[in-house]
Order: sequence, then structure tokens, then C-alpha cells
Amino acid sequence: MLRLSNLTVLRGECPVVDSVSFDIDQGEVIGLIGPNGAGKTTLMRAALGLIKHSGTSSISSRPHKERGKLAAFMPQSREIAWPVPVETLVTLGRLPHLSLGAAPSETDRAAVSAALDALDLGGYRNRLSTELSGGEQARVLLARALAQDTPLVIADEPIAGLDPAHQIATMNAFENMAAEGRSVLVSIHDLGLAARHCTRLIVMDRGKLIADGAPLDVLTPDLLRDTFGITAFLTETADGLIFLPLQVTA
Amino acid sequence: MKRLFATLVALTALLFFGSLVTGPAGFTPIESIKALLSSDQSPITMVMQEIRLPRAILGLAIGAGLGIAGAAMQGYLRNPLADPGLIGVSASAALGAVLAIQTGFAAAWALGLPISALSGAAAGVLIVMLLSGPQGSTLTLILAGIAVSALAGALTTLVLNLSPNPFAANEIVFWTMGSLADRSMTHVWLAVPFIAVGALIIASTARGLDALTLGEDAAAAMGVRPARIRLALILGTAAIVGAGTAVAGSIGFIGLVVPHILRRFVQARPSALLWASGLGGAAMLLAADIAVRIILPSKDLKLGVLTALVGSPLFLHLIYRTKRQGL
Repeated sequence: MLRLSNLTVLRGECPVVDSVSFDIDQGEVIGLIGPNGAGKTTLMRAALGLIKHSGTSSISSRPHKERGKLAAFMPQSREIAWPVPVETLVTLGRLPHLSLGAAPSETDRAAVSAALDALDLGGYRNRLSTELSGGEQARVLLARALAQDTPLVIADEPIAGLDPAHQIATMNAFENMAAEGRSVLVSIHDLGLAARHCTRLIVMDRGKLIADGAPLDVLTPDLLRDTFGITAFLTETADGLIFLPLQVTA
Repeated sequence: MKRLFATLVALTALLFFGSLVTGPAGFTPIESIKALLSSDQSPITMVMQEIRLPRAILGLAIGAGLGIAGAAMQGYLRNPLADPGLIGVSASAALGAVLAIQTGFAAAWALGLPISALSGAAAGVLIVMLLSGPQGSTLTLILAGIAVSALAGALTTLVLNLSPNPFAANEIVFWTMGSLADRSMTHVWLAVPFIAVGALIIASTARGLDALTLGEDAAAAMGVRPARIRLALILGTAAIVGAGTAVAGSIGFIGLVVPHILRRFVQARPSALLWASGLGGAAMLLAADIAVRIILPSKDLKLGVLTALVGSPLFLHLIYRTKRQGL
């Protein structure tokens, strides 16, 4: 799906992403976590070939035309420039699959419908996307990325600003995609949701990858203290992992 | 969408016909069209084929070009206030034309003025491209355009300022107001190829403009290359605006107002707005060119004056409505 090796991004002399390597297999929901400024967004953009980098990424090494079929990206800045209807906006995700000047086919329509349903947006088709609330816009933009129907979806803080029900529903949508063999790389600040819904967590701090593994193995007291500066309560229950941040460490 | 297309095509066709049959000679429409299609050497045939036909074709082509360029510029910059003149081409084309008038080059050779204006446009676009670079942001493009416009504007004023010949100064002032009067088929052959190529180049960006609705990163991740769109847009707009200004002078507001009016009829889709604005721009310029002949037939009312006079209140109304909708 995605293979990064020694991916490095420099801002001036300073490495913002410092020699990061990892692979993404089929059926994974990977939470990319780390404090503000850890390099999560830069890592995603470099992996997609949106910015200059050294090291290799299996996506950015492909020609531009093919990239849109390998991975879909939902950026952190939720831009919707024009007041287009929701359905039109989500259909934009089909662009990489459409030949020049072709109208959307049945397959395209089906992918759009599936994406709208996955994010509970069935009733929004004809609403103007610019008139929706911030959280609704985020879901529409994520639906656009899902409609691209790529093996890998990369989403930068997709659940920030969503209500609890839609946060959980969105994470469930990711889990369903993983069950179909697709994979998701999602940056996320809510470690509780990350612990519960991700199959794997990758932790970044000051540009470096410092931990990569199952949530229970990654979220150790030492890592939480050193990287996030917090203490937390973490336990495994019949309902899955429960993670609760407690205090800021001195 | 099909209804909009049919309406705009019908409107444009009607206005093209209207432009052909409007004029001071006072022929009836049937006489006019018969003469247009005949091959005799009668005066009415001469008038139709060598004065009215080029005028109507130029109105159609320049209007369409300005509409397309405006829609593309707004789509790329994701800003409804963008205008084809933004990248400095119209100002630098005007400078080229003014220099041709001032130096007498325009009087010495019929094509002196348009060729000189085209060279001005080319120089302007080259400077904009050098300043904004291949990887620059939309902001550097806008700033480079403003800088080039300001410089070309200042140089134009300097030429006027130092002009020892009041007639040349007079001619310059009137030329910059824009007009389609007394153009020949030579002007058509000079301008239309540039406008057509420019429009084709811009049409190639349609998908990319749609994708840019989601921002540059999302678009780039779909395989769109914003830097290429930018280059196509600059070159296409330069060809259209350069050629248009070269043969008709400065005609403002069409590239700004037409996409703005039509946006809601195409559900704001940038790609659909391209063709809609092309047709709308042609209709608006043809209508304006008919109007200058009807309102003050004896006074040679200038086209650019009329488009700005009609365009500004229309624009104010649109802004008022936009504000009321809270958009």
C-alpha cells in the first residue's frame, strides 16, 4: 500500500521529518499521533509527493497521473472554494478515474453513494456544501476522499470538530474499510479514540518516528510522559481499550 | 445545465445577428444579410463584409475569450473578484499600443499598433512568469501581476505626460477606452487565432480547476498539477487578453462580471463555468457593442466606457446580494 524508507523533509537546515521508514499493509487503520509540530502533516504530504523530500515513498515515486488511484488525501485545511452541492463535491473524488471529458458512470455514482452513506450524509446530497457546519463539511470532505475509492486513504485530523457520535461513526467507517482490505492512515489527537479504533499507532516526535505498533504496546507510561508530557489511565476491558489522559507531568 | 447552454447559445446567436444588422447605414436586416452572403461589389456588400462582419466576429471572439479567461482566473485563484487583467497583460498590451501611437509606428503601418500591443503583452507575461516562478504560490502571481500592471500603467502615463503632440495624446486616450469600430478582417485574422489558442489552453485546465475547489493539496493528491494549471492559465489569459487589447483596446468588467453572474446557474462548478462564461462574455460584449451604436450613434461612444458603466452597478448589485445571503 505504502512503503516509506528514510523519508526526510528539511526546512532550511532543520529536518521536519527525519528519516522515517514504515510500511502499510492491507486492512490497517493506522493512527498517526504526536504532539503539535511533531511533523505528522509534513510526513503525510511528503509521502503523497506534495512537497520535496529525500528518501523514498512508494506513492511519490509514481507518475502524477497514477497517484490519484493509489491514495486519497483529506488535508487538514478544510477548503471548499465554491458553493457546490454536496453530491457534486463528493463526485470530485472520482476525477482520477474519469477519462477526459467523460461523464460519471454508474460505477462512479455507486462509489459516491457508498461514500455518502458511510459518513451518514445520504440526506445532504443537494445541500450547498459551503452552507454546512464545520463538522458537516469535514464529513463531506472525507466522503470525497472515500469516493476516490483508493487502496489507501490518508486523512489529516479528519475527526477534529466532529460530535462524539460522528467521531465514532467515522472511526467505524475506517474500520469497515480495513475489513474490506483497504487501509487508512489518519492523524489524530484524541488518543482515546486512537487506542480504541486503530489497529496500529505510529508516534512521531520532533520529526522522528519513535514508536510503531499495537495501541497497547505503544501507549506506555514512559512514552506518554516523554512525548506527550501527560500521565494517563489505560486498561483493556470487554468493551475494548479505555484510555483517559489524567494530568500534565511537570 | 442543457437549458442554460441552449439559452446562452440562442442569446449569443441573436446578438451576433443583431450586431450585423445594426449600423448608421440604415439597411433593413434582410438587405443586410443578403448582401453579406452575396459576392457583388455593391457598397452595401462592402459595408457588410468589411465593416460589420469583422466587428461582429471580434465582438464574439473577444467577449468569449474574456469570459473564459475570467472564469478560469477566478477558478484558479478561488476568488470571485479575480479578473483576467489581474496578471498585468492588459496594462502591458496597452503600453505597447500607446508606444506605437506615440512613435508613429501605428500610423506608418496598419498592423503596427496591434503587433506592438501583442509584444507588450508578451513582455508583460514574461516578467510575471519570471517574478512568480514555476513553483510560486497564487499570492506571488497576484503580486507580480499588480507590480507589472502598476509599472505598465506608470509608463503609459509617462508617455502621455511627455507627449509633445496633443493629437497623439488625444488618440491614446480614446484608444484606451476600447472600441470595435472600423476594424477590418485583418484584425480578425490577427486576433482570433490567439484567442482561439488561448481558449483551448484554458479549456485544458477544466478538470484541474474543478479539483482545485478542494484546495491545492487535495487536488495535487488526485494527480492534478497546480503548477501546470498556473502556467496554462497565464499563457492562455495572456494570449486572449493580449490579442483582445491589441485590436480593441481595454475592455474591462466582462471577465469579472460574467462569471460572477453565471456561477449560480452552473452550480458553481468551475469547469462548467468556463463554457458558460465564454458564451455569456460573447453575448455581453456583442450587446454592449450594439448599444454603443444605438445610444449615441453620432458620438462614437467607446465600448470600454459602456462596459464599465453598465458593469459597475451590476457588480455593486451582485455584491449587495452576496452580502445579504451572508456568503
